Amino acid sequence: MRFIYSFELYYWLSKSIFTLLESKYLTGKPLVSIVSAGLSKFGKREGLYGRELYIEAASEAFERCPNLDPKKDIKAAFIGMMGESFEHQGHTAPTALDWVGLLPIQAFRTEGACGSSATAIRCGIFAILSGLADIVMVGGVEKMTHRATSDVTEYLAMACDFPFEQWNGLTFPGLFAMVATAHMHKYGTTEEQMALVAVKNHHHGAMNPKAHMQKEVSLEKAISSRVIAWPLKLYDCSLITDGASCLILTKPELAKKFTNAPVHIIGSGQASDTIGLYEREEFTTLKVGSLAGEEAYKMAGVNPFEIDVAEVHDCFTIAEVVAYEDLGFCKPGEGGNFIEEGQSQIGGKVAVNTSGGLKSKGHPVGATGTAQAYEIYLQLTGQAGKRQVKDAEIGLTHNVGGLGATGVVNIYKRG
Amino acid sequence: MTEEPISFTIENFYKFVKEGKLRGAKCSKCGKLLVPPKPMCPKCFSKDLKWKELPKQGKLLTYTVIHVSTKKFQPLTPYAVGIIELEEDARLPGIIKNISLDKIKVGIDLAIDVEKEPISEEWPQWPRYYFKPMQPQ
Repeated sequence: MRFIYSFELYYWLSKSIFTLLESKYLTGKPLVSIVSAGLSKFGKREGLYGRELYIEAASEAFERCPNLDPKKDIKAAFIGMMGESFEHQGHTAPTALDWVGLLPIQAFRTEGACGSSATAIRCGIFAILSGLADIVMVGGVEKMTHRATSDVTEYLAMACDFPFEQWNGLTFPGLFAMVATAHMHKYGTTEEQMALVAVKNHHHGAMNPKAHMQKEVSLEKAISSRVIAWPLKLYDCSLITDGASCLILTKPELAKKFTNAPVHIIGSGQASDTIGLYEREEFTTLKVGSLAGEEAYKMAGVNPFEIDVAEVHDCFTIAEVVAYEDLGFCKPGEGGNFIEEGQSQIGGKVAVNTSGGLKSKGHPVGATGTAQAYEIYLQLTGQAGKRQVKDAEIGLTHNVGGLGATGVVNIYKRG
Repeated sequence: MTEEPISFTIENFYKFVKEGKLRGAKCSKCGKLLVPPKPMCPKCFSKDLKWKELPKQGKLLTYTVIHVSTKKFQPLTPYAVGIIELEEDARLPGIIKNISLDKIKVGIDLAIDVEKEPISEEWPQWPRYYFKPMQPQ
């Protein structure tokens, strides 16, 4: 008996020590470092072409980092953009690079619907870890507001399944509305709880000078707005916005050469799922969010409750409720209560969408992934102004493409 | 005389719909039912598949009522779209018709029918199935 006990004790101890070593020493190492970031003003940017908008983001990133010689230092660029239909223009990556003066370096466009530029960040990580490029630009751009709403609805719907979903009149609000209906039916989530996400994100967005809609919205106004796709109403939907965003990533060892205040990406995950919602067994979760999250948490050696500030994909209010659950901020089914209790506002358990999110800052689809990282960069370097989360040290971004056929989660740490 | 097998494509799924048939592909190796059909089983990579007749009715799993649509569907607004489960692993999305919108609830049974409208001259030359109540209302 005694032998068994000591064996068990030994096994338990060695397992704990290994877990401790794994979480504290073997994981959480910087994969890459953000040494600069830029964001255009988000909004209705009349008279500007996408590539011109991209200059606003890139030049801010260049100006923030005087030690960077863009033409000499940057060796590759990955730029996210969702749709050619908006501007009747493909081949975005070399075009954007031309306009920001970075020809002739290699340029790649990444496409993962509304998650396009989060996949650009992933490509940047791959490029740096492969050793093929030490310093890269990752970014995204989309110009949308010059098109009629019905056209935008159609172009965005191209990221859902054509032969069964688009063919049967489904739109993105319609698809997320079906997620909402399922969530309400299974967990008792209410329309009011969803509207509270809009109220919170508009409250945060009102403090962001680059947000598209910098104004507070009352619960009454949100819940009584016109129906877009029941149960989702106008204020449950993110905005059609023009915008561009970018980051300069380096090998961690090089970060201090460029800035005294880098932000490290310490965990990163990505996953894919069926394009059709109808092919999934569960409609109340976006599995890519939880899978990418698990991978990123494990790599970072961080738990969900250690996240100080998070930018999550609130393309519709229900998507933020689902994200709380998928990312482990609360248990499945408790997302509605989580927002109602104020746990996701600045000052709550985890400050979610301090930028205003896609809801109030706006959602220029291709630019959203790197724009989320831009906000985390500001928060972790203490540059977020009125919406600054005090002593923020660990941040997270959660970017979803389409109805969760693509999902990327990154975890950031103050350098 | 051996019959030429009909390939397990979306085009052929809709060819069957045009004939009033609803069919998925069943993997002979692992038994997975593929709706829509796919030329290769994504679970076990087998291409040994057989067409399987699906029930023409199912339970409503979730739905929405769309008020803002693309141009093409604007004349129908507001219209309901839902996902029904025909049997295990076989779900389809579709427009719900011939029912007052307030009668639509998660869990109700719906039947599948095919639109009578003529097939387009241009791609895609697919018929459109839709969902309706089991008994006329």
